Amino acid sequence: MRLLDFLFPERRNSAAIARDRLKIVLAHERASRDAPDFLPDLQKDLLDVVGRYIEIRDDMLRVNLARSGETSLLEINVELDGAAIKPVKNGGGKTRPAPAAIVVAKPDPGSHPPWVKPG
Amino acid sequence: MSAKVIVLTSGKGGVGKTTSAAAIAAGLALRGHRTVVIDFDVGLRNLDLVMGCERRVVFDFINVINGDAKLNQALIKDRRNDNLFIFPTSQTRDKEALKRDGVERVLDELRTSFDYIICDSPAGIEHGAITALYFADTAIIVTNPEVSSVRDSDRIIGILASKSRRAEKNMDPVEVHLLLTRYAPGRVEKGEMLTIEDVKEILSIPMVGVVPESESVLRASNTGTPVVFDEGSPAGQAYLDAVARLLGEERELRFLKPGRRSLFRSLFGRA
Ligand SMILES: Nc1ncnc2c1ncn2[C@@H]1O[C@H](COP(=O)(O)OP(=O)(O)O)[C@@H](O)[C@H]1O
Ligand SMILES: [Mg+2]
Repeated sequence: MRLLDFLFPERRNSAAIARDRLKIVLAHERASRDAPDFLPDLQKDLLDVVGRYIEIRDDMLRVNLARSGETSLLEINVELDGAAIKPVKNGGGKTRPAPAAIVVAKPDPGSHPPWVKPG
Repeated sequence: MSAKVIVLTSGKGGVGKTTSAAAIAAGLALRGHRTVVIDFDVGLRNLDLVMGCERRVVFDFINVINGDAKLNQALIKDRRNDNLFIFPTSQTRDKEALKRDGVERVLDELRTSFDYIICDSPAGIEHGAITALYFADTAIIVTNPEVSSVRDSDRIIGILASKSRRAEKNMDPVEVHLLLTRYAPGRVEKGEMLTIEDVKEILSIPMVGVVPESESVLRASNTGTPVVFDEGSPAGQAYLDAVARLLGEERELRFLKPGRRSLFRSLFGRA
């Protein structure tokens, strides 16, 4: 309906909306797909450090690298809901042994974000 | 030996893979290349209908993979073109029947006597689709100008780059081409459909063809004739152009303007 579109331009161009939505979702999905190999190790180290201060389960810490055009964003999410704070002695200088089993999901080109999953 | 394996894949179903596989295989045959088109859509088997040879199927791909039939017992020679052969699939429900080593053996045998091996992939990103693309040298990503099709195409491009044989063996990557089908210029003009440029920019792979939405495609499948044999069909012409580009020739894109009847419609009416 050309005439209507002309009179009400904001009704127009659902194709442009489709294009913009696709660009955003695909930027996200591609970043997950091409997640670099160091993410699992980073996750492991972070769990180690955070774990000195807080009782934390493997699945409470997530690492993601998002890329959009020129910028990259390293996201580290630590879920603290209900986590117990550990009594800290001298700043907790001792290294806790790494959590027993962290199985890292290979970045499947599927829709899952590359959250490192517990085994 | 030097046969090229070309897969038509998309992720999403119903976008025109089978139509395109039939048209491109027939187009390559028309250009004098010995071509076989294989149906990888185990369980559904539609290529035989689209190619018009459904009543001549005796043995199929799975029979050959399992060693129950010889290749030359299963290949169906096209009645319209001597260079064209159809390799139908089975209607078994057992999708795992498509074993990778069996497929490899059959492809290796086909390589010795064909120039082009066209693989018509099932939809999805499961076993069947992965098997269909695994051995490809070239992939034609069949895409409709529509959000879910474009997104699924992007995923398939990612899978080709990571899970194909060429990727796993660190060979030169699979050559990927975009084939935009069911393109409706009238709707694009009205801002209702993604433009060619949109899709090209989003997927950023080279374009091998744009096939317009065309009534002749349904007519062709009704009669079991690959649409390139219909000389009056814009879709058929667009597929022949795509074949020429695959062969390395330069062709301008055609059929990008709405037909005459839709000028009135695009002003006042619906598509
Ligand atoms: N260019 C086109 N114009 C009109 N209809 C088309 C076109 N391409 C495909 N179709 C129709 O779309 C439907 C799905 O096509 P098909 O080739 O079976 O898709 P797929 O193999 O990807 O599932 C069929 O009914 C086919 O006739
Ligand atoms: Mg199909």
